[in-house]
Amino acid sequence: MAGNVWIVAESWKGSISDATYEALALGRELADGLGVRLEAVLLGHGARAAAASLGRADGVLYVDHPALADGVGEETSRALAALAAARGPGLILVPTTNVSWDLLGLLPARLEAPLVNFCREAVVSGGGVEFTSLLYGGKMAATVGAGAGPVVVAVLPGVRPAEAGKGGAAPAVEEVVADFVVGGGVRWLEYEEPEAGDVDITQQDFLVAVGRGISNEANVEVAEELAAALGGAVCGSRPVIDQGWLPLVRQVGKSGATVKPRFYVAAGISGAPEHTEGMKDAELIVAVNMDPSAPIFSVAHYGIVEDATDVLEALAEAVRKRKG
Amino acid sequence: MKILVLMKMVPDIVEELEVASDGRSLDQEYLRFIVNERDEYALEQALLLKDGLGATVTVVAPDAPEVDDVLYTARAKGADRLIKVTGLPAGSGARATAAALAVTLPAIEGALPADLVLSGCQAIDDLDGFVAPLLAGALGVPYLGLVSRVSVDAAAGKAQVMKEFAGGVMGRFEVSLPALLGIQGCEKPPRYVPVAKVRAAIGAGGIEAVEASAGTAVAPVEVAALAKPEAAGHAEMLEGSAQDVAEKVADILAARGLL
Ligand SMILES: Cc1cc2nc3c(=O)[nH]c(=O)nc-3n(C[C@H](O)[C@H](O)[C@H](O)COP(=O)(O)OP(=O)(O)OC[C@H]3O[C@@H](n4cnc5c(N)ncnc54)[C@H](O)[C@@H]3O)c2cc1C
Repeated sequence: MAGNVWIVAESWKGSISDATYEALALGRELADGLGVRLEAVLLGHGARAAAASLGRADGVLYVDHPALADGVGEETSRALAALAAARGPGLILVPTTNVSWDLLGLLPARLEAPLVNFCREAVVSGGGVEFTSLLYGGKMAATVGAGAGPVVVAVLPGVRPAEAGKGGAAPAVEEVVADFVVGGGVRWLEYEEPEAGDVDITQQDFLVAVGRGISNEANVEVAEELAAALGGAVCGSRPVIDQGWLPLVRQVGKSGATVKPRFYVAAGISGAPEHTEGMKDAELIVAVNMDPSAPIFSVAHYGIVEDATDVLEALAEAVRKRKG
Repeated sequence: MKILVLMKMVPDIVEELEVASDGRSLDQEYLRFIVNERDEYALEQALLLKDGLGATVTVVAPDAPEVDDVLYTARAKGADRLIKVTGLPAGSGARATAAALAVTLPAIEGALPADLVLSGCQAIDDLDGFVAPLLAGALGVPYLGLVSRVSVDAAAGKAQVMKEFAGGVMGRFEVSLPALLGIQGCEKPPRYVPVAKVRAAIGAGGIEAVEASAGTAVAPVEVAALAKPEAAGHAEMLEGSAQDVAEKVADILAARGLL
């Protein structure tokens, strides 16, 4: 794999995402192991200043174009494919976030390059790179190889600590021209912020999280009781939001919030990577799940194989008793 | 308006998954298949558009165990046409699937052009790519993923859609039709359909089987080994009745000064 390692920097609403720094830290290891340069690629319009924090890379390639202003994947994928075709990187690491989602989906098609999805680990081995991907909602791990570059890699959030990808002197920024034809089929109009007024789950010390395993809406009430006893709030996984049992702002994970409470109970949540990326750094995690092999037990500090609602009910009672 | 919905079957992860003797794939013996959850939202979105504006909804799914039930359920919910694509076994990979659909769909009379092609935004076995954007690339139509609201202005040939970002933030986008959307959610959970209606749909039949033409895809990524993930850590398991474990958790909280 002769080409350089690229990491696609993600700038959203004016700042570089943590997922970018995490992937940058992984990219640093791979570039050093392969003996190639690590280049961060930043696509935007009037966004050059954001490159300053990408000092862990050996250099930044910055593409400025009006069509790239809003991060629309239809356009960023065209620009990146054109740039990659001209420069021939070996690996293109892309953070797997909702911001980079469309770029990630389209780039392999435009570049006719393989994609390694769900990558949670990558190591240099025998001159190439061996990837580990989490499949089936985190229940299986695949060891994956990919041929000669460029290979697009969808890096799961949390692959390295964000801190490991920060620091370093301001990198050399090379402004480059990407020779691409604007697609124009997708236009960003505006962002809609969530309605204020509901609890901010990122500010809570105690979170009671419920998943599909609580079976029905009435059991959300039981979680509410425990949250009230602890002095915290109820949040949930995607299916609970999809069912309308909790509002969107209570979602934890990739499409939701990233939370770091002092105590997180995961009740009836399987522990898919899209959920755990939002809660794995909580100080104390207790998981309740009927399935002893649920992936959530590899993230939790304490595990209980029991009916979620029964345990929430009993815990609310125990907490109330202790608090008097 | 014409809407095409792509659905696919994936292993049911509620069941215990075992690795086959080749060490690289799932043991098929005890594998059960269910429809990719996000695809159910894609179908619901199509049916909501049909309810509101009128549309014909065609559902396309690669052949797999239980897929007939999924297709007939879609019919019972309101889909107009059911197409099963044979010769593309579950687990073929997103790359091969998209490449095959890109040549197979245009050859099915009346399937394309469609104003909208909707598909779930991701599936749990999408190791080598996502079908929706790969197919959009091959068909040369615009693509947007993680969509959870769609409204169509057919006269203007445009759709306004909401895409989910993190933390409850939504982005509003305008998409020119025809387009392909990767669906994440819906304004409502997928509709319920009585078993009797599904039975009636099964009785009426009408799934069209179409043999896939092989597309040309890039070389797939090679799975060298499949195994249960090695975890950096594992929870300390607490045992006993619900009351026992609750007391133990309360002890842990108290010891940390959290109560
Ligand atoms: C782009 C994208 C973004 C996403 N973003 C998010 C996100 O932000 N947040 C999120 O959560 N998900 C997100 N998801 C979805 C994610 O992939 C999973 O599907 C979801 O997290 C699963 O939720 P769950 O654990 O509640 O349900 P399931 O995976 O269905 O798990 C239910 C669990 O409950 C257990 N159970 C069943 N009955 C009981 C009982 N009586 N008592 C105890 N346990 C029981 C089962 O053993 C199982 O482990 C996203 C997916 C995509 C594709």
